[in-house]
Amino acid sequence: MSVAREEHNFEPLIVAFCCNWCSYAGGDLAGTSRMSYPPNARVIRVPCSSRVSPNFILRAFQRGADGVLVAGCHPGDCHYITGNYHARRRLSILRRFLGFMGVEPERFEVHWISASEGGKFAEVMTEMPEKIRALGPNRKLRDAR
Amino acid sequence: MKVTIESLRSDILKDIADISGENVAECYQCGKCTAACPVNQAMDILPHQVLRLLQLGLVDEVMNSKTIWICASCFTCAGRCPRDVDLANVMEAVRVLLLRERGASRIKAEDMPEILRKGMPEQGIVSGFRKYAK
Amino acid sequence: MRRIGVFICWCGANIAGTVDIEKVVEESKKIPGVAYAGEYRYMCSEIGQDMIRDTIIEQNLDRVVVAACSPRMHEPTFRRAAESAGLNPYLVQMANIREHCSWVHKDEEEATRKAVALVRTAVAKASRSVELFSQEIPVERRALVLGGGIAGIQAALDIADAGYEVDLVEKSPTIGGRMAQLDKTFPTLDCSACILTPKMVDASSHPNINLFTWSEVEQVEGYVGNFTVTIRKKARFVDEEKCTGCGDCFEKCPSKVDSEFDEGLVQRKAIYVPFPQAVPNVPVIDKENCRWFVKEKCRVCEKVCEAEAVDLEQEDELLEKRYGAVVVATGFDVLGLEEFGEFNYGKHPDIITSLEFERLVNASGPTGGKLLRPSNQEPPRNVVFVQCVGSRDKSRGKPYCSKICCMYTAKHTVLLKEKYPQSQAYVFYIDVRTGGKDFEEFHRRAVEENDAIYLRGQVGKVFPEGDKLLVEGVDSLSGKTVQIEADMVVLAAAMVPRTDAPEIARLLTLGTDAHSFFTEAHPKLRPVETHSAGVFLAGACQGPKDIPEAVAQASGSASKALGILSKETLLSDPCVSKVDESLCTGCLMCIDVCPYHAITEKTIEEKVHGEVVKRVVAEVNEAVCQGCGACSVACRPGAMNVKGFSNEQILAEVDAVCL
Repeated sequence: MSVAREEHNFEPLIVAFCCNWCSYAGGDLAGTSRMSYPPNARVIRVPCSSRVSPNFILRAFQRGADGVLVAGCHPGDCHYITGNYHARRRLSILRRFLGFMGVEPERFEVHWISASEGGKFAEVMTEMPEKIRALGPNRKLRDAR
Repeated sequence: MKVTIESLRSDILKDIADISGENVAECYQCGKCTAACPVNQAMDILPHQVLRLLQLGLVDEVMNSKTIWICASCFTCAGRCPRDVDLANVMEAVRVLLLRERGASRIKAEDMPEILRKGMPEQGIVSGFRKYAK
Repeated sequence: MRRIGVFICWCGANIAGTVDIEKVVEESKKIPGVAYAGEYRYMCSEIGQDMIRDTIIEQNLDRVVVAACSPRMHEPTFRRAAESAGLNPYLVQMANIREHCSWVHKDEEEATRKAVALVRTAVAKASRSVELFSQEIPVERRALVLGGGIAGIQAALDIADAGYEVDLVEKSPTIGGRMAQLDKTFPTLDCSACILTPKMVDASSHPNINLFTWSEVEQVEGYVGNFTVTIRKKARFVDEEKCTGCGDCFEKCPSKVDSEFDEGLVQRKAIYVPFPQAVPNVPVIDKENCRWFVKEKCRVCEKVCEAEAVDLEQEDELLEKRYGAVVVATGFDVLGLEEFGEFNYGKHPDIITSLEFERLVNASGPTGGKLLRPSNQEPPRNVVFVQCVGSRDKSRGKPYCSKICCMYTAKHTVLLKEKYPQSQAYVFYIDVRTGGKDFEEFHRRAVEENDAIYLRGQVGKVFPEGDKLLVEGVDSLSGKTVQIEADMVVLAAAMVPRTDAPEIARLLTLGTDAHSFFTEAHPKLRPVETHSAGVFLAGACQGPKDIPEAVAQASGSASKALGILSKETLLSDPCVSKVDESLCTGCLMCIDVCPYHAITEKTIEEKVHGEVVKRVVAEVNEAVCQGCGACSVACRPGAMNVKGFSNEQILAEVDAVCL
């Protein structure tokens, strides 16, 4: 567990759910284009942003993630036609719910990154840790075991 | 002319980039700016050549030219550029640097003729001032 | 306890240059469940794959993790390697330590730490992997080709020649596409019509090809091997069986509109055949401009048709057809030049696009092949060609190079000289790009033998002066501004996809780039496939291309389509949704979110306390399900799961990431 992480040396840990067809491919493109970004995020590949259950996101916060990112195809461009519309609705509700639970909603971001947007992928991967760093470590939902 | 690594990386080039906000490397020398320029006939070096000289780090040749003072800041070059390089801004940056070197302006805002205050782009007015100040 | 094997790839220096491989091996061995960890320079090579196979057998491994490149790259490779050792291929997981790690991080310590974390995550997922089995799904052994230009015709002919039935759907009244509009082709100056029309006739007379011109695809359902497509066969108002192609109807038709085929240089009638060699040679009535449909007066065509082929009561037909594979070849358009006011295009008849020039020099064009100034029907003397109009222009046009303009402009200068030896061509260019067989030689021929003057620079202004056009430009090589009095100005406008490309992309769930060109599955190694299995690309709908490239890609697409059609069954992807009937409460929320209508309800019988009880549960059609997982998230009791991306696997990954 990352309980002992020191405040002043805080490196945020981010769990990133990326859809296979757009955002994961965008991440691959960032790699093939040799763009550089900080290593805070770990990507979990899912078929579609609509595969991302709020359960997974809550679990990540519970296990000590400081931020969670869901990235999918741009609305209208979903490989599975309507998946990201479902994701958009579910996740905007979840964001409000996070606030209700006392977790800063800013710890949770949703981005639409297409397979051709390696630059945008790198940008999100660079900016998100900075924002989370300003918020400090996630304490509220951390698994207290 | 001599092209050197020192001149390619000179501070003054960085200043021009900072002041203008333009990256001269984006220019691929199509010449659209020159072709579109309404005052190109009066210039000693042509607008696209200004960018070329800056790409090669030959700032002195640009600074000693008449062109930068003849430029009317009409922005036709900027509007037509296929690479989104705003040459009018670059010209302005070169003028600013020259004027900073030479010191204070000899002209006041009140001296501006009434006619210039109507419907003239702000940068046009400002660059007009700079030229008078020379 | 699992026996998981971890194989770490150096990818030469691609991974090993930034990630400490030894350290990753060492750390991998410490992960619970890992029985083996090893490394190799190129895991995807034959030796690497053999190493995986042999180690699985020797070490008695039951799961495999390969830490290498993106799974989008080599997952199939390593699954095959595992299969060759008798392991179920879906027990292999990949950790992407190249694209998502070594290539994007510079610090070795950080990159190594992340690589270890990625391996740990993949091990966690692998340990919860289960064996998955593909199903055999039957293939509908017919193909659909969308677009009847040269690419579509070639793809249709190749598939038909291999013995499979093809439906060729074309939006306009005839096949032939852009190539039919052209005069000569570069660099050989072959007559375009002479090489195209025989192919058009072949396509129409081929026993395996069904032509659907004046038709559009309205709906696409299904998946690779089993597409169901609704085609709207628009009312032609002329009976194709009865029409003799005599042409009396369009002789007598009183309504005139600009001809699309002749790029608006002349007018056509409301009942028309786009050009004399059209296939099929059957007119259509353009409803928007027909006097009968607009004002309910006229019916002249009906009266003059001796074959009684005109049928003004005809209605659109909706046909439902089934296909195993689809080739998309919808072609290109020319960029509109509204943004480029300095050229005054559209304001003066002698300022034209290159495609209009093509019609003006064409023997079947409005001037019968005599190149004449549209303003006064006199031969031009000075002709100015402007390249890169809207191409390589990120501010008002398109940032890409349209690729064919350098060559067709060289061709135009040669054709001009051929027609009028006294004439003079001027070409304003930014760069001349002649990558292609005999292309550079042809360009030099334009300059050296046909005296075309190439000016390196752009044009700032074109405006009429007297009966001439004054062109103001620059020649950056001499550093001088240039004025030319021209009789004609020809603009090489950028190539863009057809305006309905986004709609086609939506119908077939294709990816597009920022300019609406369809994207291929891999820019290097899968150039004709798309991310929609069973849908292939041909021609300029994928990006600017010349004729031989479009034809080559069409044949490539055809062979890929044949790869599907030649099989009686295909293996399905087993990574689809699955219902746990014992948990399903029959709320059927899943049905509403499924984009493929893959879920239905069914009634099952259960014994509860000795009594037989009936209840409703969800059922997934595995052949239709694409495995997006929207249903599994919508499922309240958690009965729906996605194989290969199960709740257990993803949660294990989350836990491992956060360790």
